Amino acid sequence: MIEMNLKVNRERQYWQVAPGETLLEALRRHNYKGPKLVCGTGDCCACTVMLGDKSVCACCLPALKADGQEVLTVEGLADNEQLHPLQAAFADASAAQCGFCTPGFLMRAYAFLNERDNTTLPDELEVRKALAGNICRCTGYVKPVEAVIAAAANWGAGK
Amino acid sequence: MSELEIIGKSPRRVDARGLMTGAPVYGVDYEMAGMLYAKVLRSPHPHARVIAVETEAALALEGVRSVLWWRSVPQIPHATSGVPHPEPAPYDTCLLNSTVRYVGEPVALVAADSEQLAEKALSLIKVEYEILPAVLEAAEAILPGAPQLHQQVTISEPGLKLIHDPEHNIAAHVDYRFGDITAAFAAADIILERQYETPTMCHCALEPHNSTAYLDAADRLVIVTSTQVPFHVRRQLARALGLPVRRIRVIKPRVGGGFGGKQEMVLEPLVAALALATRRPVRLIMTRAEEFAATRVRHASSVRVRGGVTRDGRLIALEMYALSNTGAYGSHSLTVADAIGKKTMGLYRAQAYHFVADAVYTNRPIAGAFRGYGATQGYFALESFIDELAAELQLDPLDFRRRNHSQRGDYDAMSYKHGPNGFEPGRAFNSFGLPECIEQGQKLIGWYDPRPKDEGPVKRGLGMAICMQGSGVPKMELGGATLKLNDDGSFNLLTGATDIGQGSDTVLSQIAAEVLGVALEDIIITSSDTDLTVMDYGAYASSTTYVTGMGVKLAAEDARRQLLAMAADMCETDPATLSIKQGQILSPHGPTGLSLADIAQETLYGGHRTQIVGKGDWTNPESPPPFYAQFVEVAVDTETGLVQVLRAVNVIDLGKAVHPALASGQVEGSVTMGLGFALTEELLFDANGKPRNPAFVDYKVFSPLDMPQMQTILVEDPEPTGPFGVKSVGEVAINGPAPAIANAIYAATGVRLRKLPFTPSRVLEALEAGVGVRGRRIQD
Repeated sequence: MIEMNLKVNRERQYWQVAPGETLLEALRRHNYKGPKLVCGTGDCCACTVMLGDKSVCACCLPALKADGQEVLTVEGLADNEQLHPLQAAFADASAAQCGFCTPGFLMRAYAFLNERDNTTLPDELEVRKALAGNICRCTGYVKPVEAVIAAAANWGAGK
Repeated sequence: MSELEIIGKSPRRVDARGLMTGAPVYGVDYEMAGMLYAKVLRSPHPHARVIAVETEAALALEGVRSVLWWRSVPQIPHATSGVPHPEPAPYDTCLLNSTVRYVGEPVALVAADSEQLAEKALSLIKVEYEILPAVLEAAEAILPGAPQLHQQVTISEPGLKLIHDPEHNIAAHVDYRFGDITAAFAAADIILERQYETPTMCHCALEPHNSTAYLDAADRLVIVTSTQVPFHVRRQLARALGLPVRRIRVIKPRVGGGFGGKQEMVLEPLVAALALATRRPVRLIMTRAEEFAATRVRHASSVRVRGGVTRDGRLIALEMYALSNTGAYGSHSLTVADAIGKKTMGLYRAQAYHFVADAVYTNRPIAGAFRGYGATQGYFALESFIDELAAELQLDPLDFRRRNHSQRGDYDAMSYKHGPNGFEPGRAFNSFGLPECIEQGQKLIGWYDPRPKDEGPVKRGLGMAICMQGSGVPKMELGGATLKLNDDGSFNLLTGATDIGQGSDTVLSQIAAEVLGVALEDIIITSSDTDLTVMDYGAYASSTTYVTGMGVKLAAEDARRQLLAMAADMCETDPATLSIKQGQILSPHGPTGLSLADIAQETLYGGHRTQIVGKGDWTNPESPPPFYAQFVEVAVDTETGLVQVLRAVNVIDLGKAVHPALASGQVEGSVTMGLGFALTEELLFDANGKPRNPAFVDYKVFSPLDMPQMQTILVEDPEPTGPFGVKSVGEVAINGPAPAIANAIYAATGVRLRKLPFTPSRVLEALEAGVGVRGRRIQD
């Protein structure tokens, strides 16, 4: 086992990880169950988390790559009882059905909205491009895309 | 009825918070102290006898707690399809079989202290196989001399099914006639016959199948499992293990999508056997590769359609033969094959119908239930065929459909059954929004608008298809709930209905709140746990809102009656004069000052001590179809063969939408799956029956960037037998895209494709062969 330290959702963590253990395995082993294992090959993005200011597929990333860094999972989005505006937008748009892909969509959308200057709203195509790697088998993407556009309207407040 | 307060609105789902915050609500998130991790050793052969399994080396590994194979588990034949007893499927499988019949069939089970150890143990197990000849295609499996997969089963109880013809691998057979088909064809001016092929499709629920089993303090076997059918699993598991039902408890946690793949007992017997062997909690989660190759798939099918029309464009004879590949076991063999014709052909009026189907065993993965349930295969054939007939008659395909589709008040010609009064109709089309669906759809897509000529290699065209489904299986469902009043005027709604993401927890809570006159927040739903909730058959056949919804409505009405009786007693008035609104008891003169919380206090702590519990359940006498019209615009690149869907207009008549956003979400999701079925999705096999593309990178499902512009319209033609007028919404729309796209490709290029999916290579091949090239329809 190898020692590492990182911040997860703003809390300092000291972990022992096995060589080759992925960030997703390590997170789930430490009870961050939000990010999901779906494909294990980086083809669906249900495991997306923020590593620093970038979104990554945690299923393909060695845990040690997060050593000394900050990780944000879906569990860290809400401010205690208060849903993050992005979560609220997804809830209001009925953008989750089974919900298994939702953590990945939320974190990818979070990265996308943080990366862009939101003085203008993104159009549908821009959002679809940003979410191109995320697979959802339930919704047909209509409502998740609507939710991201709705959340963009007052981003900044939600950052 | 007074105006609806909660039904017809789209509040946040009742489970939204958990879904948004990543709460550990799914089976894969469960962990228990002392839990073991299971792995499955799978057959590398498509057909083989398992002579011996050497387990010593694996068991010698520290931390490996159990290795099981067929000799160490009960050998009790059963069916795994999640339908009521007696399942209309041959009891042709055991917990582990001594003969394995597809690549990936479980041969041995391991439970160990970690997943890594369990994996390592698998590599140490030695299996002696006697390899048997295999057959992969249904058309070959029925030929004389083909390898025989199953011996005839023994029937141990009345009502169980034999294998129809084991020597020819025919698991199930259907032959349905309505009218004199020979005479009808004889009267036809034009007779056309065409054959259509559909592939093996995978459900790809993002949450893999997973189950956790443990023995509780009373030594009962508890299974926490990702299932659509907890009560069927409890019964089937009891049989497979030889245990009494009372010793088993099935708990459904949050389920991450099912689409039919979890309308089946899949992993539960495997983890149960390991938990019983080790007396420790055991969890088994499928890998994505296992999920593709070794859970359940959609039946691949060949469907031949023959139709007779008069010269003036009337359909008079309709015949269909469906050959369906059920894979290694009979699971949903009969019922899916039956649906290919029975859920489709009655959409059209004809003088006579004839439908024959064979569901055939092959050495392929087990085919099970899959959204659309046979109708999807049937509509690809039928709705392509109807377009071909229209082309033959040189009629507008939309006009040809308008002339020939069934009408309000008609009986579904495919629903007749021999009963005490002769050949009796099953269902009538009472709620019938089909014409409106067609009208709205054609306007939105611009069916009759002039279209520009495509000068370049990319040709564009419009296509459409219509279809219907059911709402539950008539007289074959049971769903319900209990409602219990709490101290503060809130209610526990306990239902066996199974939310798999479609939103039934929300919709059923809305129904209860509407009837009780309370807010949605006053309903606390629990679903489902076989120890706590009344029997419910589960989430399948588009049944939950229609069937269990009625059960919940009855339970709420029962509770309301008790509440009003109590209120009347407390106010010394007649209960018939009272009503409930926003949690307050109203009299004709206005508020009585009594709230439901006051009634709760009176009944739980005051002078009238009793627990108010409402109970309701329902079995549906009918299965009213939702109707659906699919319109698409496609662009076909004639140089590359790539078909792109530019626009999709989806119009559904669902009776009444309880939650319009969830309802349109069902349609959008169905259409997206249907787009994959049409264009990209096919599980491929090598010559040995091994899946070649069991991963998302090679089995392509639609991503956000692949999507067309989509418009979804809800048409509400109320259904008298449904709660608040509802019919179903969950499946019907998946039937639309494949035939609509085939028809649009034809309109764009004059080339008719009859084999799904329409991959660029298939499209190019057809374009090069120049099959049936005609002038384009729209601009002419």
